[in-house]
Amino acid sequence: MTDLAGPVGGRAKSSFINDPKVRSIGLQLIALVVVVFLGWSFTENARDNLAAQKIATGFGFLDNTAGFGINQTLIPYSETSTYGRAFVVGLLNTLLVAVVGIFLATIIGFLVGIGRLSKNFVVRTLSTVYVEVLRNLPPLFQILFWYLAVLSAMPGPRNSISLFGEVFISNRGIIIPRPLFGEGAGIVVWAIGLAILLAILFRHWAASRQEETGRFLPVLWVNLALIIGLPLIAMIATGFPISFEVPQLKGFNFVGGVQVIPEFVALTVALATYTAAFIAENVRSGIQSVSHGQTEAAHSLGLRHAQTLRLVIIPQAMRVIIPPLTSQYLNLTKNSSLAVGIGYPDLVAVFAGTALNQTGQAIEIIAITMGVYLLLSIITATIMNVYNKRVALVER
Amino acid sequence: MKRLLSTFALAGAMGLCAFGAQAATKLEQVKSKGFVQCGVSQGLPGFSNPNDKGEWSGLDVEFCRAVAAAIFGDATKVKFTPLSAKDRFTALQSGDIDILSRNTTWTITRDTSLGLNFTGVTYYDGQGFMIRKDKKVNSALELSGASVCTQTGTTTEQNLADYFRANNMTYEVIAFATNDEVVKAYDAGRCDVLTTDRSGLAGERLKLTNPDDHIVLPEIISKEPLGPVVAHGDDQWFDIVKWVLYAQLNAEELGVNSKNVDEQLKSAVNPEIKRLLGTEGKYGEGMGIGNDWGYLIIKNVGNYAEIYDRTVGPDTPLKLARGLNALWNKGGIQYAPPIR
Repeated sequence: MTDLAGPVGGRAKSSFINDPKVRSIGLQLIALVVVVFLGWSFTENARDNLAAQKIATGFGFLDNTAGFGINQTLIPYSETSTYGRAFVVGLLNTLLVAVVGIFLATIIGFLVGIGRLSKNFVVRTLSTVYVEVLRNLPPLFQILFWYLAVLSAMPGPRNSISLFGEVFISNRGIIIPRPLFGEGAGIVVWAIGLAILLAILFRHWAASRQEETGRFLPVLWVNLALIIGLPLIAMIATGFPISFEVPQLKGFNFVGGVQVIPEFVALTVALATYTAAFIAENVRSGIQSVSHGQTEAAHSLGLRHAQTLRLVIIPQAMRVIIPPLTSQYLNLTKNSSLAVGIGYPDLVAVFAGTALNQTGQAIEIIAITMGVYLLLSIITATIMNVYNKRVALVER
Repeated sequence: MKRLLSTFALAGAMGLCAFGAQAATKLEQVKSKGFVQCGVSQGLPGFSNPNDKGEWSGLDVEFCRAVAAAIFGDATKVKFTPLSAKDRFTALQSGDIDILSRNTTWTITRDTSLGLNFTGVTYYDGQGFMIRKDKKVNSALELSGASVCTQTGTTTEQNLADYFRANNMTYEVIAFATNDEVVKAYDAGRCDVLTTDRSGLAGERLKLTNPDDHIVLPEIISKEPLGPVVAHGDDQWFDIVKWVLYAQLNAEELGVNSKNVDEQLKSAVNPEIKRLLGTEGKYGEGMGIGNDWGYLIIKNVGNYAEIYDRTVGPDTPLKLARGLNALWNKGGIQYAPPIR
């Protein structure tokens, strides 16, 4: 009978197989071995079979010449560049849409979300209509709308809409003057940096002063003056080193200037407005989660409506808003692959499209592309989680 | 999505199949499922294009019907999978389709590093440019600075880059995933020029709002031999697909067509015709199909000239002259090895 004594008996003599700790570690080890073995045999098998069919494998193709053009490149790229560089170009184009899209979506989303709770009938109704229309239409459809419907309404480059003779809008996109940095331009750039630094310092100082004395300083106006004034003084002192290359119509298209291609505009606008509808709902739910007593308390302390919103409501609403907001950011980044539908040269179009087709190395390229999206999502989620920790309710 | 599925299928097929285990041959597979699965375009008039009832027509489509006719004696035993340019090879590699007959250019990379075999040339083509008449351009050499619309995953994209670079011209390329998107963007004025194979230009011009406002520039900037493709690893299937085209070309050369083939079957004295129609020799045996394979192709689908004339020829909306695609003894370069 003593052999059957359980753990209660203290010095159990039972087999180590029954030890829950040993068991769980053992089972996990077995699972790990099985997964690793499956992964390994899958890769080996795939390699053997691909070799048997004489389908090229490996990652050597990244060093080969790509030989195709891309119409939006943030880094120098030409037809003689490698597939590896084409990959980076595509990745940067994806990131550009994601970053600009997230920025715009956040602003629009917060405005509309607050608008839905407005006391003003028109603002409230417009915000509701915005949310209900945009979040209930498929994103690809919206992208195609912005691209095809808006694009075909635009004039050709020879009849483009000109703003002050400097900016041109046509069905080739928006063409803006390119800044040319002459001698002394470095000083101006330094002045901008210095102005931003001073503005941040001033804000901190004003905040601490307000806590001590209760007196407000016109932070906004002082900072605006700093950020505009300091670079302006630097410009005058160095004799205007930054000039602008104005685009000229020459032959088919504009020459000079920076071209913002319509595919980028359509994709960014569509994704930003679409995602903003979801963000607006997150913001609304976040604000509504803060009890009305908080507003009343703030009002009775003498805070104005805007101050109540900014200092009392939003900070508390943030901890409800952030987690679903992260999901929306991830969605926007991933939805950017719908670029394929309108010919925007993003990662999927350039790398998992053209490069895949020219090299035929589907498995490698799709694996890399999936890895990139996974990585982008994990990075975004990590940043948002760090921010979430900062705004989360600190329980005492 | 289709591409992703195909890729997973490919990864799955490559990863899970035990190496060396020989499954049924392609011909056995096709016979047991009862039809040929044929990869075609998503809609290119003259080559592979569905009508409003979903019936496919075109040169590439007819080729697949001819293969079905040779195997089953029935040209309708074929199913079509519409594929975009960039999904087509993955679909073939993964075995989703048996034949790719989708105006596909034969190049060394595709032939040697994708695990594919080109079975011949159904249409000799070359890349050209289409532009609006009111742009007043008469030569491709005047295109410097132009915006060019094209389809991704085509040889076109690289030829374009080569041509503009060789002639020291600048350009902006806008590449779309499907043909329809290319045509829509060109029609909306997003680009000045549309480029693809000249046969494709003839077909796509028909989809524009005002086809007569556009011209095709005279320059041909590349060689584009278009033909059917099969996957590596089954020589018997490769032979069948290859010889279906040769039978059609030989039939044209010998003057055998779908109208006179029954008569020829009974009364022909020319041994070449007899071998083609299977009344002499056993040439189907070597491919594992019936000896009357040639007869079945001509009877059910027709010879090369018949197919050409009813899909892309001068009497069709595409109005393409035979040109290079005439037989070798009529000024063209279409030439088939003899059946003997």
